[in-house]
Amino acid sequence: MRISVQEAPFDLGRESAAFAAGHRDMGAIVTFTGIVRDLPDDPLDAMEIEHYPGMTEAALTEIATQAMARFSLGDALIIHRYGRLTPGEMIMMVATAAPHRKDAFDGAEFLMDYLKSRAPFWKREITAKGAAWVASKDADEDALKRW
Amino acid sequence: MDVLYFAWVRERIGLPREQVETEASTVADLVAELRGREDRYDLAFSDLSALRVAVDQKLVDFDAPIAGAREVAFFPPMTGG
Repeated sequence: MRISVQEAPFDLGRESAAFAAGHRDMGAIVTFTGIVRDLPDDPLDAMEIEHYPGMTEAALTEIATQAMARFSLGDALIIHRYGRLTPGEMIMMVATAAPHRKDAFDGAEFLMDYLKSRAPFWKREITAKGAAWVASKDADEDALKRW
Repeated sequence: MDVLYFAWVRERIGLPREQVETEASTVADLVAELRGREDRYDLAFSDLSALRVAVDQKLVDFDAPIAGAREVAFFPPMTGG
């Protein structure tokens, strides 16, 4: 299991390959990558991501530990960036490895649902109109209820 | 204890963190104390349903005890991922 909270970009191919290596008993690997999306009607200059150093790492470790136990995962990876990002940049990735695909998919979705509303990150969008904090969505909170 | 503020809570209060001497026994008591200080605190804490709180880096409810806590943090609902 690896958790990384970092400002620097990451190499998706290298991270995915390193994660996949060395799991002879795992038949399934799922990866998900989050990208900074441009806004068609109000072009995005940048997205700033703030976090809570210390708590962020602890919260992600807790979420990943729960996923490992609940879905019988052989391994889990979370990388999440902070700082100033521009459209097209990768914000974060999760990866799960399991003997069978259902656990790998479910584990990845569980990680994403919990990351959305239980990991202390906050996003701010900077456009020509100014800066605005991204509001949380009720749907993100509701998504936790299925687990 | 250290009191930390993130995102728009930090912007409204104008500080990322401060040391607070308090006899408050719960988060809600601490909030009431802070609101009484100045308008900027009163504004930042005016809608608790728009806020989350962590005591020693664990998410808790506003009625959670804070006796012996080293760090209390206030922030809006998280938007990770």
